[in-house]
Amino acid sequence: MKVVVDMNKCQDHGQCVFSAPEVFQLDDSGHLVYTSDPDEALRDQVEDAADVCPLQAITIED
Amino acid sequence: MAAQRIVVVGASMGGLRAAEQLRAAGWTGRITLFGAEAHPPYNRPPLSKEALAGTVDFPSLALRRRSSVSDVEWRLGTTVTAARLHDRTLELGTGEQVAFDGLVAATGVRPRRLPLPGPAAGRHTVRTIDDADGLRAALLRPGVRVAVVGAGFIGCEVAATAIGLGAAEVTVIDPEPLPMLRPLGRPLAEVLLERHRERGVRFALGRTVTAFQGTDRVTGIVLDDGTELPADVVVEAVGSLPNTEWLAGNGLDLSDGVRTDELLRAGSLPHAVAVGDVARFPNARYDGVPRRVEHWSIPGDSAKHAAAALTAHLMGAEPDRAPFAPLPAFWSDQHGFRIQSFGAPSLGMDDIRVLEGSADKDITVGYHTHDRLVGVVALGGPKAMAGAARHRAGLLAQPAAA
Ligand SMILES: Cc1cc2nc3c(=O)[nH]c(=O)nc-3n(C[C@H](O)[C@H](O)[C@H](O)COP(=O)(O)OP(=O)(O)OC[C@H]3O[C@@H](n4cnc5c(N)ncnc54)[C@H](O)[C@@H]3O)c2cc1C
Ligand code: SF4
Repeated sequence: MKVVVDMNKCQDHGQCVFSAPEVFQLDDSGHLVYTSDPDEALRDQVEDAADVCPLQAITIED
Repeated sequence: MAAQRIVVVGASMGGLRAAEQLRAAGWTGRITLFGAEAHPPYNRPPLSKEALAGTVDFPSLALRRRSSVSDVEWRLGTTVTAARLHDRTLELGTGEQVAFDGLVAATGVRPRRLPLPGPAAGRHTVRTIDDADGLRAALLRPGVRVAVVGAGFIGCEVAATAIGLGAAEVTVIDPEPLPMLRPLGRPLAEVLLERHRERGVRFALGRTVTAFQGTDRVTGIVLDDGTELPADVVVEAVGSLPNTEWLAGNGLDLSDGVRTDELLRAGSLPHAVAVGDVARFPNARYDGVPRRVEHWSIPGDSAKHAAAALTAHLMGAEPDRAPFAPLPAFWSDQHGFRIQSFGAPSLGMDDIRVLEGSADKDITVGYHTHDRLVGVVALGGPKAMAGAARHRAGLLAQPAAA
């Protein structure tokens, strides 16, 4: 699974972090960092994270 | 037996998430979505923020779709005029009848209008792409004077965006003494007022609008103290009305949205559920009183719950009886700062404490009942947001006292 966050859209809402904390985190200054090739077992979490992103900045490329 | 079909009425976020969650719950039958708007599902929050400001374009607002819904049927630009729930039949604006086995009501809300006579030209609401497109064009006229009626989150956001676009005058009118008083409480609402004023937004608080001026198009408004306020653009942001007329005649309680039980079933009918802004549901996390909640997080949360209950019923299984108990979450962006709310501040308005920070920069405020935190609201930048996020887990873990 390949995850892409459009960093031009992302406004560091951090909603994705609540859904998939193993994939998305906010760093000390509150900016998003994420893993672009998470384990397939996390797919449901990552789908949820993409759903709840207020800017719809997350896409999943299979 | 013919293939079973679930119809989803309303093709916005609630409708899309319902279709996705029906698939996630194991529904393999047909799914057909009916949407009055011609646009595929799109994200509404930017309509008063980035898209109104012009920093993102309208096509980019399309909601991401899960690949699981590639086979659902879309009937966009199609209004459902009636549903007969016991006969399991829909009636479309085209006169067509559509049979179904299960139904999802996801028809959302429409803006309430001021009940005053006056010209239509120059008066705006903000709910759809078409609304935002029209308002943006009006706000870009040089020297424009804007009156925003309603100091709720949409009114405050539109005022902020209008000033940011260079409007000559922006005035917000509201009967309450402070903007966003109900969701924020007095201390934060005061901070918000100050921040708007610093950036040039004017306020007429404790005031209502009694008349529109102008014949062909609006030229101003009159307030209840007699003040005449010239305006080229009037934005009516005075709340919303749920779209439930199409469900009349089924014996449902439609007094403020579709009243549901704790599994989001309309009138406890096992084959009809409601999601999103139109649903008036009891929240088991709080007092169980049915309420409508117009927060962006609700369509997704309610769709998950409702789709599971509906799918279980249609597939002949017992639904999981866990009641719907979402943690309310809400944000708003104004003038480059953000407001983020978690939980139920309204239940803790008598005991508001500053948890972190200060009013001039990043501030996180807690709302308590019986000494227990029931809601947090942060106002500011990333620091304040991180503050709110830290308290979210605690709010999620403990059910609040009613
Ligand atoms: C300008 C604006 C800014 C917002 N900002 C925020 C924010 O910052 N934070 C936040 O938490 N929330 C925000 N919200 C709220 C959030 O967008 C809503 O909660 C969400 O859109 C609700 O989705 P829904 O699918 O339930 O309803 P809707 O999006 O209203 O969708 C209902 C759809 O059903 C269609 N429909 C209605 N009747 C029929 C019929 N009879 N037949 C067929 N189709 C029908 C409608 O045309 C519409 O497309 C904002 C809303 C607006 C309008
Ligand atoms: S939820 Fe969206 S906007 Fe927020 S940090 Fe994640 S990707 Fe960025």
